Amino acid sequence: MAIKDTNKSKLIYTLAAWTVSGMIFFPILWTIITSFKTESEAISASPSLFMFDWTLENYAEVLSRSPYFDHFMNSVVISLGASLLGLLIAIPAAWSMAFVQTKRTKNLLMWMLSTKMLPPVGVLIPIYLLFRDFGLLDTRIGLVIVMTLINLPIMVWMLYTYFREIPNEILEAARMDGAGIKQEIFQVLLPIALPGIASTLLLNVILAWNEAFWTLILTAANAAPLTAFIASYSSPEGLFYAKLSAASVMAVVPILILGWFSQKQLVRGLSFGAVK
Amino acid sequence: MGSITLKQVTKSFGDVNVIKPLDLEIRDGEFIVFVGPSGCGKSTLLRMIAGLEDTTSGTIEIDNQDATDMPPAQRGLAMVFQSYALYPHMSVRNNIAFPLKQAKVEPAIIEQKIEKAAKMLNLTDYLDRKPGQLSGGQRQRVAIGRAIVRQPSAFLFDEPLSNLDASLRVNMRLEISELHKSLDTTMIYVTHDQVEAMTMADRIAVFNGGIIEQVGTPLELYQKPVNQFVAGFIGSPKMNFISVDTKAGDPTCSLGVRPEHFRITEEKGLWTGRVGVIEHLGSETFLHVHVDGVGTLTVKADGDCKVAYGDIINLTAAQEKIMHFDKDGVTIPELSWGEARSSSAA
Amino acid sequence: MATTQSRTLAKIMLFPSVSLLLAWMIVPLCMTLYFSVLDYNLLMPGDNEFIGFLNYEFFLTDPAFIESFFNTLLLVGGVLFITICGGIGLAVLLDQAIWGRNYVRIMVLAPFFVMPTVSALVWKNMFMNPVNGLFAHFAEFIGVTPIDFFAELPLLSIIIIVSWQWLPFAALILLTAIQSLDREQLEAADLDGAGPWSKFVYIVLPHLSRAVTAVILIETIFLLSIFAEILVTTSGGPGYSSTNITYLIYTQSLLQFDVGGGSAGGIVAVVIANIVAIFLMRLIGKNLEG
Repeated sequence: MAIKDTNKSKLIYTLAAWTVSGMIFFPILWTIITSFKTESEAISASPSLFMFDWTLENYAEVLSRSPYFDHFMNSVVISLGASLLGLLIAIPAAWSMAFVQTKRTKNLLMWMLSTKMLPPVGVLIPIYLLFRDFGLLDTRIGLVIVMTLINLPIMVWMLYTYFREIPNEILEAARMDGAGIKQEIFQVLLPIALPGIASTLLLNVILAWNEAFWTLILTAANAAPLTAFIASYSSPEGLFYAKLSAASVMAVVPILILGWFSQKQLVRGLSFGAVK
Repeated sequence: MGSITLKQVTKSFGDVNVIKPLDLEIRDGEFIVFVGPSGCGKSTLLRMIAGLEDTTSGTIEIDNQDATDMPPAQRGLAMVFQSYALYPHMSVRNNIAFPLKQAKVEPAIIEQKIEKAAKMLNLTDYLDRKPGQLSGGQRQRVAIGRAIVRQPSAFLFDEPLSNLDASLRVNMRLEISELHKSLDTTMIYVTHDQVEAMTMADRIAVFNGGIIEQVGTPLELYQKPVNQFVAGFIGSPKMNFISVDTKAGDPTCSLGVRPEHFRITEEKGLWTGRVGVIEHLGSETFLHVHVDGVGTLTVKADGDCKVAYGDIINLTAAQEKIMHFDKDGVTIPELSWGEARSSSAA
Repeated sequence: MATTQSRTLAKIMLFPSVSLLLAWMIVPLCMTLYFSVLDYNLLMPGDNEFIGFLNYEFFLTDPAFIESFFNTLLLVGGVLFITICGGIGLAVLLDQAIWGRNYVRIMVLAPFFVMPTVSALVWKNMFMNPVNGLFAHFAEFIGVTPIDFFAELPLLSIIIIVSWQWLPFAALILLTAIQSLDREQLEAADLDGAGPWSKFVYIVLPHLSRAVTAVILIETIFLLSIFAEILVTTSGGPGYSSTNITYLIYTQSLLQFDVGGGSAGGIVAVVIANIVAIFLMRLIGKNLEG
């Protein structure tokens, strides 16, 4: 009796959960499906989920119309470059805050986070003018610099929460064992914190990949990553649903897969250690 | 070699003085235990000796060399931490090898030393495992192994057994004592457990509120505690303290009687009380006796003691076993152990 | 809890991060402050003369500012409300024993990884389009007039899109928080005779407060500067009905090339963000530390 009841409630909850999550996922699923339709099927008044002539012509056309591969490479270089550069700057800072705590550590963290709250529009014009004067507009290096800086507070904070979970005693043991600061960080801290560092890197790649404000404003043709590439479909090409879908899938899928891989680690890091 | 001398050493965090000016001489080869309640400064002092904390003032000498400002690595000391602090990403072998690699010892010699240490600590079969795959006791031994291979001039232990369960703790206690006998190296051992202190130490330093109350052999501390704090801290169950009215010419403010020094008598003794909770341990029995005007006294009796809850019993103690404390809680030697020390004190 | 040596080292290691962030904050901010008191338009090269607080006066008395200010509040508040309520519901649902929980998790999380430009375009064209959108097809199917979302309900439409993007984030963080709840607490409540509702109200919700704080903080940081979603859907219209402050300043400075006016707006945005930040930091200081 009791077993039957639990099975019944499990079934109900399962149905409910799959329905809700199906609805949330539907726009993505629909985009993927539409990308394989012909344009006339895509806008059909009685749309079909699977029963249509599958075609790859949209992908072919998107690829031929714009240099997708260049945009893709821009996205990879910018998001990976900014994340690696960010790690390089953030790791020492996080080490300091996690293992040499002072009364000011908390305030410093709060201050760093508050720079993240500085609205980008507040500094938009000077950055634009500075970039223009230094010839950084529409360059990869320019975007790498901006992405590094806007995500630095989040990186420091994420690394800090991961480092905090490593007992100070392990680093002290290394110090007693004769390790200098270089050995302490490279041979002890970094290997232990590797999962946290990896997820920090991943999350920042994702954030930088999806960042739209600065990429739309600071790039034109040369350094435009996928966010800008896809924005060019806003209108009137947006009315060609199948092609829009194909382009969207190509822009989103790489990062979607990366995100699914790291989902568990991500939650912890993103909540600033508030949940474990 | 491994003598450590502390001269007028202090430590303060901001306005808080964690260690008040303190002198201590630790002799080469001795096993000294720092014991005291939590927050008494014993761990801080150990970390200052290790070089993990700055010394606010005073000097620390290791083998007659001023080491006050030396970084930890140069002091030639090894430390075993409460959490063991093993490197989780390295095998047992690499954990033990780590200090040797830092010192750029030749690989062949490293291998030799690891084998030797592993044999000594029964770790040979586990050398290729990660710390996560070991039991608490094994981890503890790895931590000790990592300390041994460096051949330090002194070992520092920071509450190393507090994460182990009771039976394992007794075993490790013996192993560490054994190790001390065979290595004959200075060991400084911090604990809050007075049983560990009593069983392992050559000498004990009792800490309280940033000062050392008394330094001495376990028996000295048990028999001749200098004040009420030491008397109460050393010995289990705790010593009973009984306040008395001050009489003219007698500075005694309170008396101290250890539970094991009470005798239950037929005739009226010094105290009479009603028996409360009785704890049978088999080999002995602890009685909690309520005495009017005094409070509850803990009494150690024989294992087959026939007293029952609610009985009225008479208690007495030999005069030379009763400690006398003055109004500041300081032991009055001439009354407590009958030696005429008053001449030397004056 | 360290030596002077390691403290010195710590300062050195903090230096790059702190100085870079300081520069990133101070230099452009000072420039913005300077531009904001100039008559500076990129289309009219001139003396860029000093005009005092005129730019601020124009910006603050512009009806568009008031409208976009409230739009910003509505946008942030609306999305926070939807994502937190929906997130708690989803988290409780996903915490139950269900078949295929991993697949459900993956599906729920997916929208978070979709870049804002893509999700805005997909929603705008394929769902909310009044002629060919899926919603329009559905409305016709059940016999009602399709809604022209971006003409009739522009701000709400954007709130829906942004909520869809952030719901997964809230749900996943709250789910993780629920899963960290000590099961013994719930069992104790069972023994004390608590029903499912009182268990939720008295045990689960209080346990979630830290996670909710974190969600509010992080979402607000990102929501205050929503931009791409507006740019590719409504371009702020019709009129200013879906313009937030970020977008307003963007149009002023980069579309009308009015650097002075845009800068004044930027400073206003910074001030608003600071007020919000102070509130948030108080909240976190209390809730995230413990």
